[in-house]
Amino acid sequence: MRAPEGIAPAEEAAAAAASARRRRLLDRIWTHGWLILGVLVFALPIWITLVGSTHDAATIGRGEVPLLPGPHAAENYATAWTQGGGRFRAAGAAAMLWNSALMALLIAAGKIAISLLSAYAVVFFSFPGRMAFFWMIFITLMLPVEVRIIPTFQVMVDLSLINTMAGLVVPLVASATATLLFRQFFLTIPDEYVEAAKMDGAGPLRFFRDVVVPLSVTNIAALFVILFIYGWNQYLWPLLVVNDRSLETIVVGLSKMIGTGDAQNEWNTIMATAVMAMLPPVAVVVLMQRWFVRGLTETEK
Amino acid sequence: MATLELVGVRKSFGSVQVLHGIDLSVADGEMVVIVGASGCGKSTLLRIVAGLETPTEGRVLIDGRDVTPLEPADRDIAMVFQNYALYPHMSVFDNMAYGLKIRRVPRAEIRRRVQETAELLGISSLLDRRPRQLSGGQRQRVAMGRAIVREPRLFLFDEPLSNLDAKLRVQMRAEIRRLQKRLGVTSLFVTHDQTEAMTLGDRLVVMHQGRAAQIATPMEVWARPADTYVAGFIGSPAMNFLDATLAEEGRAAALAAGPVLRFADGPRPGPEGRRIVVGVRPEHVHAAPGDEGGLPLAIELAEPLGSETVLHGRLPGGESFTARLPGAAAPQAGAVLPLRLPADTLHIFDAETGLRLDPRA
Repeated sequence: MRAPEGIAPAEEAAAAAASARRRRLLDRIWTHGWLILGVLVFALPIWITLVGSTHDAATIGRGEVPLLPGPHAAENYATAWTQGGGRFRAAGAAAMLWNSALMALLIAAGKIAISLLSAYAVVFFSFPGRMAFFWMIFITLMLPVEVRIIPTFQVMVDLSLINTMAGLVVPLVASATATLLFRQFFLTIPDEYVEAAKMDGAGPLRFFRDVVVPLSVTNIAALFVILFIYGWNQYLWPLLVVNDRSLETIVVGLSKMIGTGDAQNEWNTIMATAVMAMLPPVAVVVLMQRWFVRGLTETEK
Repeated sequence: MATLELVGVRKSFGSVQVLHGIDLSVADGEMVVIVGASGCGKSTLLRIVAGLETPTEGRVLIDGRDVTPLEPADRDIAMVFQNYALYPHMSVFDNMAYGLKIRRVPRAEIRRRVQETAELLGISSLLDRRPRQLSGGQRQRVAMGRAIVREPRLFLFDEPLSNLDAKLRVQMRAEIRRLQKRLGVTSLFVTHDQTEAMTLGDRLVVMHQGRAAQIATPMEVWARPADTYVAGFIGSPAMNFLDATLAEEGRAAALAAGPVLRFADGPRPGPEGRRIVVGVRPEHVHAAPGDEGGLPLAIELAEPLGSETVLHGRLPGGESFTARLPGAAAPQAGAVLPLRLPADTLHIFDAETGLRLDPRA
């Protein structure tokens, strides 16, 4: 229908604009609804853990799931920090956190150091069998710890590294993934840098130290986050190689706190420990995030 | 300050030979420009001098000393790269100082030399910046500074101007030439741009398919090109080539297009009817006066440039031909213009080998 000149088109336009606005609003409600639901699904368990760590054992033992914090936070955390939680009272969270942090740090640092060097060798040097070595490294990607766990364990026994920090860390240090990532990054470093360095008289190690590593800083930061969390979350290998309670890691310790039978679990201290176990990886992500965001925004190429 | 000598330098990559024996000697303080189309082996030659490639055969001598087996760092040469190759994570100062630092030059000395060089190049205010905060021209200067600060015996330039815009290129070209003269450092400069080559070089090496087609001063290369490749490569617009045969006992060329042109400078060797190529530069062509006849050029495209007009067209034989006439008032496309080819501007080449034919002595 054709409206009369002058007034109606404006009204029509206004109506169209209003309906468009309404549609946009609906769209927004719809998307936000889904997003909020997603956040709830992810955040609720963490919230329950957090709340659970502030009640006494009996409250949770009754089967109630409180959604508001209780009054027992201080004592729960103190107990967990010094003695451990649940059924596992041999090592406090303090000691286990220290072990986990040390292990994760050593694994991340070791993985980065070794893969930087091996990627450097594979990319910048031509030696016989270079691609063969690269593929050998690459193939180990397909052999996770679980697959080679028995021979690895035997090697650790032979080297008497059972129940040592070295035994915890060393088998996890080699990393094909990180080598692969660094290789891909090194391939983007222009040949002219290598040649300029040669003209400047820089030897291979000098070039590595003065040019390759500084250029890789953002990659190193990003990998550090991933590898630290990988190290922190290690479960099977620490469970096998360490019987000494002074070397217990928090992830293994946490699982030992939970009984499987009819025994009453002290969920309050377990949850307090769980909260503490979550914090270091979160801290690493939050701290390092600034690094690699900076790295992403100022690409130096 | 040094001399550079290349003796029979050959290079093959696998079964592909890219350099077929280059001999060159560069005098102390001389600037030699290696020019050629891409793939002619000019960069490979430069990289062999730098020590970044090893020649398959032949020797490189600096100051008479054989440096062929030496590492780049031990040759005491500096190179300016096409993409400048400035380390992105270092300040301008550190970029320039890096080579000196590695050579364990004392700190105070490094500081003094970098500052002096920066002043020379007018980049003193940029020393704290990172390369990515610099413009193309500034990066170019820093790359030069990095080479100069080392006080090397030899400068190598690998197409350093090709990443700059046209205006900056002209400016930097003049600056490089001025600096090189002032510092008096023996230099090799690689480029594919003939204007750069003509303006920068004391001498040119025109490379073609892994061989040095001609080694001579820019003016000589322009005035007496050694073969049809050099003749066509140097000069813009490119030289015209016309098929012809030797006539009048070697005193003239009978053009395939018709007219017979007498040489100004004496007979060329060879039997009557020998196949030759007559080269004439577009700027040497005149419009023939009304009654003279001349070579009729059917104009297909006229490019008026203000001070001159470039005409593209065809001769009766179908050969394409370019003429550059002074002034803007030239005939338009579609017209036929009779041309005169002055005898003293003709270049005569052998049709088979492409080599220049000079008059019999």
